[in-house]
Amino acid sequence: MAAQNFKHALFCAVITLVISYPILGLNLVAEGTSVGLEGATTGTVINVFLAAVAVFLFQLFRDNIMGIFGKVPNLNPLPKRGPVSQERRMLMERVFFVAIILFALLWPFIVSRGAVDLATLVLIYIMLALGLNVVVGLAGLLDLGYVAFYAVGAYTFALLSQYFGVSFWLALPIGALLAALFGFVLGFPVLRLRGDYLAIVTLGFGEIIRILLNNWTSLTGGPNGIGGIPDPTLFGMEFGRRVKEEGNVSFHETFGIAYSGEHKVIFLYLIALVLAIFTLLVIRRFMRMPVGRAWEALREDEIAARSLGLSRTAVKLSAFTIGAFFAGFAGTVFASKQGFISPESFVFLESAIILAIVVLGGMGSQVGVILAAIAVTILPELAREFSEYRMLIFGAAMVLMMVWRPQGLLPMRRIQIELKEQG
Amino acid sequence: MLVLENVHTHYGKIEALHGVSVEVKKGEIVSLIGANGAGKTTLLMTVCGNPQASSGRVLLEGRDITRDPTSQIMRSGIAIVPEGRRVFSGLTVEENLHMGGFFNTKAEIRKSQDHVYELFPRLKEREQQRAGTMSGGEQQMLAIGRALMSKPRMIILDEPSLGLAPIVIQQIFEIIGQLREEGITVFLVEQNAHQALNLADRGYVLETGRIRLHDTGKNLLANPDVRNAYLGG
Repeated sequence: MAAQNFKHALFCAVITLVISYPILGLNLVAEGTSVGLEGATTGTVINVFLAAVAVFLFQLFRDNIMGIFGKVPNLNPLPKRGPVSQERRMLMERVFFVAIILFALLWPFIVSRGAVDLATLVLIYIMLALGLNVVVGLAGLLDLGYVAFYAVGAYTFALLSQYFGVSFWLALPIGALLAALFGFVLGFPVLRLRGDYLAIVTLGFGEIIRILLNNWTSLTGGPNGIGGIPDPTLFGMEFGRRVKEEGNVSFHETFGIAYSGEHKVIFLYLIALVLAIFTLLVIRRFMRMPVGRAWEALREDEIAARSLGLSRTAVKLSAFTIGAFFAGFAGTVFASKQGFISPESFVFLESAIILAIVVLGGMGSQVGVILAAIAVTILPELAREFSEYRMLIFGAAMVLMMVWRPQGLLPMRRIQIELKEQG
Repeated sequence: MLVLENVHTHYGKIEALHGVSVEVKKGEIVSLIGANGAGKTTLLMTVCGNPQASSGRVLLEGRDITRDPTSQIMRSGIAIVPEGRRVFSGLTVEENLHMGGFFNTKAEIRKSQDHVYELFPRLKEREQQRAGTMSGGEQQMLAIGRALMSKPRMIILDEPSLGLAPIVIQQIFEIIGQLREEGITVFLVEQNAHQALNLADRGYVLETGRIRLHDTGKNLLANPDVRNAYLGG
């Protein structure tokens, strides 16, 4: 086996050398006005060669190594367990949701301010991923420009507050509806496309929105973004030290407690939590409704679905619009959390991360998507100590994940075969 | 029930049907036979409005449906069992059936479901099984059952015998006969000419986009040209 891989392994090692030596082994040095090249230290050069050897050995024994990976799932504590019955599964899911919601409610009161802030970000990603899950996981439409709707939601709030002084609570539904409208309008021309073509068009749409925001300087401030986005208020109570707007009172004065910056963070977290739960429940409801089955049917077999009288456009549009709606939701919360937004926050990488969450979690599975959103948001934070290598670790985790569980963390399980004794 | 008047259908610039006229009367079983590439499936697709006829008319119960969108046609009392079964393989048998009755009320769905299980007791046994894990014959039963869920007045079957064992084909054709008893009009498109003509009241022979022959099922079976071309002499 190893002999067959020898040529391939040698090739990979040479490629490693060719790529890494110029990047790591040579340094640019400024010599007055000109720039010169200088060899790196011997240590670096040795490291580069060691890396090439490692690549060579891995490729040489690739089949054996991957074979070991393949055996790992057998370490599963519950090997070959029978399929869980539908009632039990529903019950387990419900218990899981209740447990995680209770935990999430207690979370801000037991951890530091930074952890609450991070948790708010996790909740925003959960909203986004649940929304995209409808489009990609259930309806099977590969959308690479999902971040555009997120941007629409965020900019709607930012612009409305800047020009008309609209508050968070009013902007929330407007932002979501406007994002849904964008989803609807985009849906019409692109939904005749399928698969890769749809992916490319949505990718383009995502970029169009970002570039528009970047260049329409007179309205959006261009790359400078929009700052001073107000925080949400609680029945007219502000969370700042001093009241900014006429007629409002401040939270800490009303309740006669000392001012603390944490109040605002915790309040935002709770808003995000409520909205995430709202997203979860609404989409869960949709999945149980006929329209949810229509999404799945269309994903499974378009021709069969159409033969039953389902309108392709209506079904796809509904998925696209609902997905966009929740992205708008998340965008509004994001704008309020950051207090400042710029087109930088809505680059393609964001779309890719949200898509990665959906794929990692298991397409169509809400529990899986929530777990994946937590993992994907927190992992880079945990890996912060590795500073520049954290994206590397993130990537490696993804690769390992796809080797072990290509179907995702907790794939959407449908009812399994019920074996009956044949008499 | 269903009338095609001088229908021409194009795929881009290529004309696949050159003026086809077919009539299916209420309560009949009509078979359409023809070789590969004769245009059988195109004819069915034209009835469903995808692609639409470029000229000529398609009438369903006297109403012109030539320019209706597919989704609307499929909701007006007509159901199709597509070629190659096309069940939703990830969904269970029951969910597949419910998809068939998508536009009906819950009570209607329950009634049609019981009826389908009566026709195909096998499906009842497999109610909670994923459709993709069933045998070809069972999937074909499911596809027919799914089409019946919308309580159609007319059902179109596209090659129901495709890739099935002879004994299963026999069962399927028996069921098709039973559908006629229930007053459902059947339009059957088949390559299995012998079975199809045996069962049919009338038959059409389609050849390269034109209707070559049109007669009762028995006469077509006896016709020497048909015997030569489709029944192996």
